[in-house]
Amino acid sequence: MRLLQTVSKLAWRNLWRNHRRTIIMVGAITLGVWAMIFMTALIRGMVDNMITDGLRALPGHVQVHHPAFRDDPSVENLIGVSDAEIRRRFESTDIESWASRVKVPAVITSERESRGIVLFGIDPAREVGISFVADDMSDGRFLEDESDSGIVIGAKLADTLETEVGKRVVLMSQDPDNEVADRGFRVVGLFDASLDAFEETMVFAGKETLQRMLKIGDAVSEVAVQGDDYRDVTALTDEVRQLFSGNEEVLPWAELDSYLGSMLDVMDGFVLVWMVVIFMALSFGLVNTLVMAVFERVREIGLMMALGMRPGSILAQIVVESILLLLVGLLFGNLIAYASIEPLKTGIDVSIVAEGMEMMGVSTVLYPKMMLKDVLLANAVVLVLGFLASLSPAWRASRYEPIEAITKV
Amino acid sequence: MNAVQCVDICKTYLQGDQEIKALDHVSIDIAEGGFVCLSAPSGGGKTTLLNAIGGLDIPDSGEVYVGGERIDNLSKGDLADLRLAKIGFVFQAYNLIPVLTARENVEFVMQVQGVSANARRQKSMAILQEVGLEGLEDRRPAEMSGGQQQRVAVARAIVSNPELVLADEPTANLDSRTSSELMDLFTELNETHATTFVVATHDKRVMAYAKRLIKMLDGRIVDDIQQKAA
Ligand SMILES: Nc1ncnc2c1ncn2[C@@H]1O[C@H](COP(=O)(O)OP(=O)(O)OP(=O)(O)O)[C@@H](O)[C@H]1O
Ligand SMILES: [Mg+2]
Repeated sequence: MRLLQTVSKLAWRNLWRNHRRTIIMVGAITLGVWAMIFMTALIRGMVDNMITDGLRALPGHVQVHHPAFRDDPSVENLIGVSDAEIRRRFESTDIESWASRVKVPAVITSERESRGIVLFGIDPAREVGISFVADDMSDGRFLEDESDSGIVIGAKLADTLETEVGKRVVLMSQDPDNEVADRGFRVVGLFDASLDAFEETMVFAGKETLQRMLKIGDAVSEVAVQGDDYRDVTALTDEVRQLFSGNEEVLPWAELDSYLGSMLDVMDGFVLVWMVVIFMALSFGLVNTLVMAVFERVREIGLMMALGMRPGSILAQIVVESILLLLVGLLFGNLIAYASIEPLKTGIDVSIVAEGMEMMGVSTVLYPKMMLKDVLLANAVVLVLGFLASLSPAWRASRYEPIEAITKV
Repeated sequence: MNAVQCVDICKTYLQGDQEIKALDHVSIDIAEGGFVCLSAPSGGGKTTLLNAIGGLDIPDSGEVYVGGERIDNLSKGDLADLRLAKIGFVFQAYNLIPVLTARENVEFVMQVQGVSANARRQKSMAILQEVGLEGLEDRRPAEMSGGQQQRVAVARAIVSNPELVLADEPTANLDSRTSSELMDLFTELNETHATTFVVATHDKRVMAYAKRLIKMLDGRIVDDIQQKAA
């Protein structure tokens, strides 16, 4: 313990012997740490956007379906309990944000074109905060209630069908007896979505209206449930599973949309690689600095050994010196990262560069997100790899011959 | 038991293609509590011999014992432990750690030994006073004269009461008054603590303090004189 004190004192003093070199090195580490944390926050913000947008495009955090629905999303695979019973069950919990939906494949036909789409029967009041549609209307109005007789389609689809608000279209699907179920609707509104695909394939109608058209009574195809944080939905999934006592399939979003789900893991990996790459650049400077520091001090290192300091303590001294250097750099790096991210929390407008990225579901305002776990990771990467990088110069120092030090004049 | 025993040690250096016998079959016994002066002209082998005794340099052949323990076959780490525990050094060329103050330099060995801060401080202040450096304890080596630095080195060598003190030209940079004060201090330690001293010197006045004077020439012992009753 006392030895560590001695060693640390020497290391700290030695660190400030060559002010200029130390300050440059601290600056480099600071910059590196800043780059690690700042870039990671941007990446996290971007992924957050993508996932949140993706989830708003209907999945919610957890969904309930008939066990066969995902393979065959037809009107035959409806949830086994009635919508009224579903409502009763959710009302017995403190889950507030949930929405039941009818969801069937259908064909939409205007006087000029027809297209295959996915038809949603929704309760507009329940969808607030779960899905995007009501917020992103480009023309007309949204559905007023679950028995609204109009439909809302995507702006792109309206173009394709050469239809517009106020015009009529025909929707055609199958009822559970494999009979054609069809009905004319008036287009009451057009919506915009972050992805063109959504605009082209999603059509919204009132839930009750659809239930009547499909002759399915009070049945629904899916329930979407929203929790507080999309990163942590295990508890929510379990709770919902309990509500349906194992008869229905209850899945978290990451399993429902494996592309979105894998995004989180891919980004975790990417963040780590990014940090290690930056560190590699840093480590050249660090190792160089240490090698020079050690080389300059051949004599006094030899002297300390001549006086009875073990080679191991010499090694420790150089390693501690390197760690102190890293700690100082980390301190500033973290502070500057925090100071530069905090004011950007309100969002960075990236619409100029985002045009081409819309494909990937990236929206035009980026909210950098500094996560504790990433900050800790950056610090750990710098400390652990820095420690490893300092071992070689430290080892070299501990191999010095004391005799060289004290006889050279 | 002998404090130091060298049995037939040789050390040869190569300079270009010329062999220099720095130690040429040297054998000596130094009794515990001895006070030995090594004197030789420059290049005579004094430093080489002191380094061999201190385990800083391994002779090419022969055996070296310190306090009865054979040391010429110990590992680096064990040699470091031996020096730390038993030997106080004053080196000829380079003695002080530049980033430490006079007091911290004096305390260095004790600190590595694990002596408590209070005890260290007490001892180092007392010894610095004895070598006439009170008031300079917070200076770094670069802020002291050669003689002052040398006295710090002497203070460090004796502060932890080692069994053996190896001093290479400890008075080289000192005026005659300071050097006789230092030699008085050595003599006192030698008498009260039975510390064994081996001092390499050119200085006739320093030689006069020794109980035994060993003269070397070209790596060989040429004379071994008992000066006072040991
Ligand atoms: N590392 C070395 N490489 C080559 N020759 C060496 C080395 N160290 C010592 N020598 C030679 O060994 C001989 C003895 O040197 P040593 O340093 O022991 O002499 P010394 O008696 O201490 O001299 P001085 O009074 O000048 O300090 C000298 O001839 C010296 O040149
Ligand atoms: Mg010499």
